Amino acid sequence: MRLPKLPAPPLPAALRPKPPRPGTANGPVGRIDAAREAGTTAVDWVDERTSLSGGMRWLMFRKVPKGTNWFYTLGSATMFAFLSQAVTGVFLAMYYDPSPTHAYESARYITNEAFLGAFVRGMHKWGSSMMLILIFLHMGRTFFFGAYKYPRELNWVIGVVLLVLTLMMALTGYLLPFDQRSYWASVVAVNINGSGPLVGPYLADFLRAGPDFTATTLSRFYAIHMLLIPGAIAALIGAHLYLVAKLGTTAPPWLKAEPESDLRTTEA
Amino acid sequence: MNQGEKEEYLRDYAVLKSQGKPFFPYAVAKDAAMAAVVMVVIISLSLVLGAELGPKANPTTTTYTPRPEWYFFFLFELLRVIKPPSFTGLAMIGIPTVCLILLILLPFYDRGPERRPERRPIATLTGIFVIAAMAYLTYQGANAGSPTSIDLKTPPAVMQQGPAVVAQFNAGRQVAAQSGCLACHKIGDNGNDGPGPPLKDIGTRLPAQAIARTLTNPTSPMPPFQECGTQGPGQSAVSCLPPQKFNALVYFLSHLKSK
Ligand code: HEC
Ligand code: HEM
Repeated sequence: MRLPKLPAPPLPAALRPKPPRPGTANGPVGRIDAAREAGTTAVDWVDERTSLSGGMRWLMFRKVPKGTNWFYTLGSATMFAFLSQAVTGVFLAMYYDPSPTHAYESARYITNEAFLGAFVRGMHKWGSSMMLILIFLHMGRTFFFGAYKYPRELNWVIGVVLLVLTLMMALTGYLLPFDQRSYWASVVAVNINGSGPLVGPYLADFLRAGPDFTATTLSRFYAIHMLLIPGAIAALIGAHLYLVAKLGTTAPPWLKAEPESDLRTTEA
Repeated sequence: MNQGEKEEYLRDYAVLKSQGKPFFPYAVAKDAAMAAVVMVVIISLSLVLGAELGPKANPTTTTYTPRPEWYFFFLFELLRVIKPPSFTGLAMIGIPTVCLILLILLPFYDRGPERRPERRPIATLTGIFVIAAMAYLTYQGANAGSPTSIDLKTPPAVMQQGPAVVAQFNAGRQVAAQSGCLACHKIGDNGNDGPGPPLKDIGTRLPAQAIARTLTNPTSPMPPFQECGTQGPGQSAVSCLPPQKFNALVYFLSHLKSK
């Protein structure tokens, strides 16, 4: 039974006790508190405008299946090698000059004179080998684990395209220092391309920018190497990872799911 | 996989996934550790082995034999091993293309529900075979002598003229092998088929003088090969052959005849 509510005494407004304002129940918010919460506030600020947190939670707090082991780090290691290539590549591009008359000189300058130039060039060069080794290992892992099967077929297809693009990075990058080795290897590689069926000659002409190896060939290789393919790789890695997060990574193939009853007891 | 097998897979997978751990921080920690290893390896390789820079590219030098980066060795070696005389071009590109198509379509023809490697013997053995073959080809490619030899039998017509002439022919063969002609020409089984025409029977097509003229004054993209000391003003003096070698080269070429 509800009691009837008594009317408030007829006090003047100025004398009535003020109800606490929302958020001040524990005393006023001081500057220290505000500073302490700055991180959260900033994240909230961004989230209020972008609603990113849901996606991040989906990406970061999804579960990886039981039995996930070190072989499953090979994909992200490949991505890391790619990022390393991107960063060292930016520094090399600051000094590199893709004209046939200056390319070799600029490569020599990077190697012998620029601050840490030889080191960065070495990282870029060996990073390319690392990335190729890792991508092959990662492909081997997904192959032997049967990870390309339903429902991850598309991820395998994207992966093979990434492999081809990575090999093309290696091919186009090889010419850039413009020393004897790189020049002649590229001439031969493009010629081999040209002897292919159907698209072969067109592809070779596209790579060379004409029927012969000329001045524009070098700048064309450069544009392909530092803009076209890396852009495509980055976009495809995005698609690859989206599918990984959406479908989940496989469990090792020899793990069998335990019966449902077990699940219920472990969940409880 | 039929519908039932697909559903069974998804059900099993959902169970295994629900028993797993969150990606962050467990998987992220492993990935980060691996990334650190990768970084350390790259930095050590860079510090220890560095990046060398060879002599400047010179489209007119001829004593340079092309060599790809090591991870293409297997491809080059494959092209060397498979050399069907008639359709080399097709084999060179065709075989890798077919392999690539087989690779990309793998999930569409291998559709069985089984995932354990030991219960997919065909797939597993094929995988192991391909890896072994690639390793073998890479090893062979790394150890292969540079493609500076021309394996051609000395033609009988030359043989009959006595050892001095045979020596001249062999000297010419060596000059041709070392002068980078193989980068653009195919001589017998060696060299690239293109952009230049195969030279196996050049002697039938051109007389010696015409060959010498082609060498000193070729059509682009072939670089000129001159006899030292005969360059006219304005001609590049980057590469020249001593007269003796030049003559041997011309002699060699003019005696490559189809029977
Ligand atoms: C950069 C590539 C390249 C190199 C290296 C090269 N050539 Fe050539 N060569 C060509 C091309 C392309 C042609 C065709 C030119 C034409 O169509 O007129 C040709 C044409 C020839 C011809 C005339 C063939 C014919 O049927 O008319 C001869 C002979 C020849 N080359 C010999 C040599 C020799 C010997 C060497 C090595 C010392 C050599 N070439 C190195 C690209 C090259
Ligand atoms: C630039 C190159 C590549 C990057 C950065 C990359 C990255 C990744 C990452 C981070 C994963 C998550 C699981 C794991 O790490 O194993 C993954 C999964 C996968 N990748 Fe790649 N990958 C690349 C190339 C390839 C290639 C060449 C293939 C095969 C042809 C491939 C096929 C797959 C498949 C099938 C999966 C799902 C595996 C599973 O669910 O267990 N990827 N990739």
